[in-house]
Amino acid sequence: MLTSILTKALYTLISFFVILNYSLLLLGTMARVRAKVQGRIGQPVWQPYIDIIKNNARRSGVTHGIMFYLGPVFRLAGGLGTYFFIPVIFGSKIFANFSFSGDVLLVMYFIFFGQLGMALGAGESGHPYSPIGVARGLAQMTAFELPFSLAVIAVAAQYGSFSITEIVAAQQGGWQNWVAFTNPFAMAAGMLAFLGMSMNNPFSIVIAPQEIPIGPPTEMHSSFLGMLQTNRAIFNGAKMVLFMNLFFGGAAHPNIFIALGIMIMKTFLIYLYVVFVGVSFPRFRTEQSIRFFLGVPTLLGLIAVIQQMI
Amino acid sequence: MTEFNELSRQFQISDLKEQRADLHFFHASKEHAVAVLTSLKEKYGYTHLVFFTVVDHLEKNEFHLTYMLHNYEKHHDMGVVVKIARENVQMESIHHLWPAAATYQQEIREMYGVEFPGSPGLYENFALEGWEDIPPMRRDFDTKEYSDKTYYPRPGRESHDPREYMKENLYPGEAETW
Amino acid sequence: MSDNMNDMDQIQLFNDQGRLLNAGLPDEEKALFCDAAPQVDAPYRGIWEKFLNWARSESLWILGFGTGCGAIELRPLMTSRYDMYQYGVQPRPTPRQAGLFIIGGYASVKTMKRIVRSYEQMQGPKFVLGLGSCTVNGGMYWDSYNTINRLDHYIPVDVYIAGCMPRPEALLAGINELKKLIKEGKGENANKYAENFEWYKRNQKKIIKDWNMPDYNW
Repeated sequence: MLTSILTKALYTLISFFVILNYSLLLLGTMARVRAKVQGRIGQPVWQPYIDIIKNNARRSGVTHGIMFYLGPVFRLAGGLGTYFFIPVIFGSKIFANFSFSGDVLLVMYFIFFGQLGMALGAGESGHPYSPIGVARGLAQMTAFELPFSLAVIAVAAQYGSFSITEIVAAQQGGWQNWVAFTNPFAMAAGMLAFLGMSMNNPFSIVIAPQEIPIGPPTEMHSSFLGMLQTNRAIFNGAKMVLFMNLFFGGAAHPNIFIALGIMIMKTFLIYLYVVFVGVSFPRFRTEQSIRFFLGVPTLLGLIAVIQQMI
Repeated sequence: MTEFNELSRQFQISDLKEQRADLHFFHASKEHAVAVLTSLKEKYGYTHLVFFTVVDHLEKNEFHLTYMLHNYEKHHDMGVVVKIARENVQMESIHHLWPAAATYQQEIREMYGVEFPGSPGLYENFALEGWEDIPPMRRDFDTKEYSDKTYYPRPGRESHDPREYMKENLYPGEAETW
Repeated sequence: MSDNMNDMDQIQLFNDQGRLLNAGLPDEEKALFCDAAPQVDAPYRGIWEKFLNWARSESLWILGFGTGCGAIELRPLMTSRYDMYQYGVQPRPTPRQAGLFIIGGYASVKTMKRIVRSYEQMQGPKFVLGLGSCTVNGGMYWDSYNTINRLDHYIPVDVYIAGCMPRPEALLAGINELKKLIKEGKGENANKYAENFEWYKRNQKKIIKDWNMPDYNW
């Protein structure tokens, strides 16, 4: 009993370590990709590490109350919760995390959870721009949650399961079995919702630095901000792994390192798609992005669900 | 200038001066100035207050208040100059004619100390906050002395005439050809 | 200079318990603000502090104070020609998160009030970069009634960049100079501010006559 718990803890730590470093490097890489698009050299790939170290090494900090402390904690809990219920590599014990039969539902809840916790923390900071950022974030989130839920419902209906492991298992045996090809409408709806979820352009109004300084974390500083940055990396990684599992067949190989390589390649391409859209399109206003998500993506999601029902 | 001739029958105005075909100045007495401005606005179509400013004539011991009006139909500017003595300066407010004038009057009050009784927000801060000396744009205010006294001048600063300095130091050989 | 000293002695900062008086605030607001003076945060020792200083110098987040003409020189830094990101420099819109305060040119008394406030809201270690001659000795506004002459009498300055206006290259050179200073462990001006708090505060209060904010803005 004890050994099994300890092994699980060790596996979880390994899994956490891998996703944290991978996501931070991915953030740095993508910042460089963006820089290349703009004709710059760009920041070093390891810049996210330095930023986090620097923020945690700040010598002073100001608190605004208990919720201000808890805001980043909730956010990090949201990120970790999202990640720890997704099996990263199909069939691997180390990277299975805490996946169970209903994990899709829990993961969808956790994606929302962090933002809600942040809303409380940002609200207590007393800075007027924080609630504006939070309000925009939640409005946009509610909008993209609709096509995303429809896509997940379509996938769950297709395979008759709410377990990510089973959904991945059903997609094995070649690319033609991926949801992306067996259920393209669900994939399209999900990937459009993913654009909003990753808060890149054109859906970056939440943290628009020019009009509402940085959005929800306006007052967050020092190690509060360090925590939020750590979470940002984990959350990004978790979401990409989720989408890889749901629509692109997951990562499966008897050799764990090759499987990790597959995971890295797929998630890299998924994120590259987000960055590609981000550098190509200008920013939407909140109401524009809500209209966007309630339009074509929702229709695609509905088509996917109806397709599965009949 | 028909406007001037008509107005001069009613009001104490003088010294019409044509600057350009589309720009005239004339002087008005302090008592009649607001009435003149009202007629110009209501009767002659000078509906736009372009600016309102003050010039400090220390030697003559008077302020020249200048109201610049614009007529959109004729594309003509009219400047009304009002001379007032520098001591204990007060002028009638014109914020009832142009609400924006209140801001001009607020600024003039702060920078020159001209009072406009009844003007809204007259004593609110405009550009200065908590100014305690005499109004800084008056010419008897010595900014250099005030700056030396207040702002810790960095020692070792010297000023050169740019032309002479460049001749001597930057282009010594070419100096004769200038 | 002697009457100035007398003026300055009349400004009382602390009460009997060593707390700040916050005399500029109305009574009902006094409870809302902190009345503690800034503390000196001692740096760690040895290689750990060196490592942290390296991280600090490689990740400088700018708070640009763009009321003077220097604001226009900050924008090109982001563009592909100068690309400050490759030096680990990023703009940051809020003083809470920024570590490098760039004063872009002349500072009038009215902006000085905001500069002090923003500077105090930044979290240490924090660095200040004075951009342009106006911050050094007043520049072309040296005899003006409303612009300060020496920025370092009001907040501690790490690096000055002379010029009117310095070009973005000069700004980058100044930032690299600042990086060198931080790596050598000389970027301790936040502590210097805390140590000489009374002197700075008296200088500030001497020019900012309507002090309607807390004495130390957390």
